[in-house]
Amino acid sequence: MAIIRATNVSVRYIKGDFKNIGLKEYVLRHVTGSYRTEEFWANRDISFSLERGDMLGIVGTNGAGKSTLLKTVAKILTPTTGKMTVHGSVAALLELASGFDGSLTVRENTYLRGAMLGYTRAFMDEKYDEIIAFAELSEFQDTMFRHLSSGMKSRLAFSIACLVQPDVLILDEVLSVGDGAFRRKSGDKMREILAGGVTGILVSHSVGQVRQMCNKILWLDHGEQVVFSDDVALCCGAYEEFLHTGERPRSMEDIERLAADFAVRTERERRAAAHKKANAVRREMTRRGSGKYLNEAIAIIRKYRPELLRTELLDAEEEEAGDESSPDADGGGMTPDTDGGTDEAVDV
Amino acid sequence: MSFFRNMKTRLHQRYLTPLQKYRFLFEELVKRDFKRKYKGTVLGMGWSVLSPLLQLLVMRLIFTQFFGRDTPHYTSYLFCGLLIYHYFRESTVSGMSSLTANAGIFGKVNVPKYLFILSKNVSSLINFGLTLCVFFVFVAIDHIAFSWRFLALVYPVVCLIAFNIGVGMILSALFIFFRDTSYLYDIFTLLLRYMCAIFYRIDSFPEKVQRLFLINPVYCYIKYFRVVVVDGGMPSAAYHLLCAGYAAAVLVIGAVIYKKYNTRFMYYI
Repeated sequence: MAIIRATNVSVRYIKGDFKNIGLKEYVLRHVTGSYRTEEFWANRDISFSLERGDMLGIVGTNGAGKSTLLKTVAKILTPTTGKMTVHGSVAALLELASGFDGSLTVRENTYLRGAMLGYTRAFMDEKYDEIIAFAELSEFQDTMFRHLSSGMKSRLAFSIACLVQPDVLILDEVLSVGDGAFRRKSGDKMREILAGGVTGILVSHSVGQVRQMCNKILWLDHGEQVVFSDDVALCCGAYEEFLHTGERPRSMEDIERLAADFAVRTERERRAAAHKKANAVRREMTRRGSGKYLNEAIAIIRKYRPELLRTELLDAEEEEAGDESSPDADGGGMTPDTDGGTDEAVDV
Repeated sequence: MSFFRNMKTRLHQRYLTPLQKYRFLFEELVKRDFKRKYKGTVLGMGWSVLSPLLQLLVMRLIFTQFFGRDTPHYTSYLFCGLLIYHYFRESTVSGMSSLTANAGIFGKVNVPKYLFILSKNVSSLINFGLTLCVFFVFVAIDHIAFSWRFLALVYPVVCLIAFNIGVGMILSALFIFFRDTSYLYDIFTLLLRYMCAIFYRIDSFPEKVQRLFLINPVYCYIKYFRVVVVDGGMPSAAYHLLCAGYAAAVLVIGAVIYKKYNTRFMYYI
């Protein structure tokens, strides 16, 4: 049975000058006929389903409708059309540090937040010390919340939200909480929860994170569903290529092509970066008079492990690199913006 | 048999669980509203009681000359009006902002929004309770003997609570849609205040005009108090119905508005 099933979920927002106008203004604008609102679809016909233990990564540029979709899963928003069914309890970690009350103490806020997430008082009494210890806020329990640093605030929020075993866990850009040590700890905690059979939804701008943690992917663009698939690697590649070129795929073939393009491009970039670095090292060594040894080393590699220096993808660069590796072409292939170049200019 | 059991668990899930589920949240919200309101004040809740008392003092000083001479127990008469009017105003004004003030919460977590209004109402109700105690002290000082009849005052208080919640629901929804509701409501309550006959008697008006005063629900509750405490009588059964009718009507309107616009609030915050 699917834990989460979205069937043609659409959410319509209104925009225009309806917000923050008073009743007087509202009436006046209606009388003069200058009242304008327009509707736009933040989500349009989104369909997906998740089984128990699935981890869905949602990717998309800003304004793609990711947060709106999460809000429908968390039942904060009701879809305008379509249906969203969720079985079990949902813990949504949306914009962690908001919703706290600055004038209450850490202790009071912890209980309040626990209550909002639907825990009982007995549960909170039991878990309170654990929460505070995990958030590393033992000395600040009776400090007013607004006196905490923003890192401490999100640490507390994360700790409270993580101490449940929800059926559905929604993570909206929360894996980057706190300093390095806490981030490691929270990452471990997250993995622990996920290992417990929770169904998760992760929204992240880091495609790497999605690749690493998710087994399904949903790609949104301007409120529309580009693809929902369980081939995470393929779609992540296509998505990254889309970020580069701006070409939105229309079909599965497009996605495959984009993913292939991405593989080619990253490989080329990786090689180019490696070349650049190698060149810089070589230049440096040549300048110091040890270039001879390096060139000899390259010659040896070329002879015995040529595949390390040659790929069918990079013929052009390869030739260029080949030119450069000859001793007499020193500095010839140098681009003027490299460090070596400027150094040399200064030297002369 | 199993049908009934099914029915029962269904009902249980449907109606009982939310209450149990949100009891803790409700308690915490009440606590928060309380702490937030009285944080950093030496007198704490004393202020809320003091405010109607000071008004009582001022009115007593000024109006005794004009209206007080032919009104028996004028202090108690004034206090009835101020007590009810203040509770109504405080409760509805705080109820009005309860949604917008908590938009940060229900925009992120799925909680029933009426909890915020109810929690504000509890704070004002506690204030009202305290002022009510002071009221009875004043009544005693005013040489009105305590009578078991006073227990009947529970009736208008319950009606008033329901009425306030209803008005709070309507106002909070309006306030989300139109931010100048608060200014308009200020003007409205000012008008209402004069329509409540807090410091004057309406006996001198013709019969028809006196009836018109009953259009104002707040006046009805004030009058109930006065009949019981000052005049030493009991209102008629029809009058009881009127009080309950106002409360029920407003509560239903508030609930319907809530139900209807519940999902649209999100677009405005």
